[in-house]
Amino acid sequence: MSRRVVITGQGAISALGQSAKATVSAMMEGVCAIAPLEFPNADRLSVGIGGQIKGYDPAAHFSRSELALFDPFTQFAVLSAREAVAQSGLDFDEALSLRSGVVLGSAGGGLQTQDENYRLVYEEGKNRVHPFVVPRLMMNAGSSQLSMIFGLRGACYTIATACASSNHAMGQAFHAIRGGSADVMLTGGSDSMLCFGGLKAWEGLRVMSSDGCRPFCATRNGMVQGEGAAVFVFEELEHARARGANILAEVAGFSMTADAGDIVVPNKDGAARAISGALADGGLSAAQVGYVNAHGTATAVNDRTEIAALRTALGPAAETVAVSSTKSMHGHIMGGTGAVELLPCIAAVKDGVLAPTVNYDTPDPECDLDIVTNQARDQRVEVAISNAFAFGGLNAVLALKRFS
Amino acid sequence: MSVSEKIREILAEQALLSPSDIAVDASLEDIGIDSMGVVEVIFAIEETFSIEVPFNANDPQASAFDVSSVGAITAAVNQLIAEQKATG
Repeated sequence: MSRRVVITGQGAISALGQSAKATVSAMMEGVCAIAPLEFPNADRLSVGIGGQIKGYDPAAHFSRSELALFDPFTQFAVLSAREAVAQSGLDFDEALSLRSGVVLGSAGGGLQTQDENYRLVYEEGKNRVHPFVVPRLMMNAGSSQLSMIFGLRGACYTIATACASSNHAMGQAFHAIRGGSADVMLTGGSDSMLCFGGLKAWEGLRVMSSDGCRPFCATRNGMVQGEGAAVFVFEELEHARARGANILAEVAGFSMTADAGDIVVPNKDGAARAISGALADGGLSAAQVGYVNAHGTATAVNDRTEIAALRTALGPAAETVAVSSTKSMHGHIMGGTGAVELLPCIAAVKDGVLAPTVNYDTPDPECDLDIVTNQARDQRVEVAISNAFAFGGLNAVLALKRFS
Repeated sequence: MSVSEKIREILAEQALLSPSDIAVDASLEDIGIDSMGVVEVIFAIEETFSIEVPFNANDPQASAFDVSSVGAITAAVNQLIAEQKATG
């Protein structure tokens, strides 16, 4: 019998709320946290909305010396990890610390630190920057800080696969525990790219909506950026049982594929193979899947490709599966999005409540599966899958199973 | 160089053709420019004429900027130049 992996803690911060509990509660109320962006030079952007975390005071959570080292993407990862570890009740003693690690996803790393310091040297003509610019901006800053804070001395790394980063990261954590190289992993993802340079780069592609995120809706006209993080405690089942841990869900399957096609245009085959692969990896059938947390970016091409991929992968079972995209509420959190979107998957299998796709006004014949629209739905679900399909044609899908 | 000639030059460079091969009634698809190529063409037009072009790649038909043919693009650019000169 191979080792099984369960989730024993969750933590998050997003525009919907500054904890996993607040984020999930707002999702189930169908709150849309997308609003006008507030940061210097936002008035020079052609797209002025996003899922920005507001009313957040870093000094309430971190010391002066920590703040000198923590870019916002690191702060979000640390806050999420504190919540997740506290919920898990784990105490990382000497033996456990050697069998525990961290793998996070991020697409932008310390992009705000880069943006601000480039501004200082180029725009303001300064010839000196703060000594910690490099340790703040590096992609692995978040993972390394978690390793240091909790004393986790096994494998620790960061994965950058754009919008699929978190799912790839959580898949690696799952494999590490299932394969026997670790007993506990902190995993998830974090991104904070809502600054002038970060958004200006996205404007160039002309795929963002300036009036809202409406996945699977006929009136959708693009994606909306968000920021935040989620971190989970993945733990080997017998380890969790032995200490009487509260188990939120089982991580049952994972698969990753590459389209080998286009750098930005998604591909049905690559997405479908990732979905089928995750089910096969977990020994699950399509009929067991009750909920899909879709990638659902609300671009014209992603959504119709994703629906077609679900039909290919799930066959007749696709016609009855419930699908939603919570990006409609928190925006696209890039390298952190798969992690934040695992929260509603856990809620689906654990509590039998499905988060909605809000802002939905007009059905699209090309997206005609059972979309959970505007209001949460009570529905018992055995298996939930979470899709992530990144620029670069990189697909990663996780399957969660109700633990009983 | 006229607006029309400059636009044909931009399109020719994107399509790897000679400007003389760009017919006024050709669509961008006809000359082999795909959806991401359109986004690059619009960027080049904005830079060349110092204008802002309203365009959302999710729904090119709904955009105020008509990209259905070379002639339509030229007309739309002329209109934007006039409008944006007027508003400063």
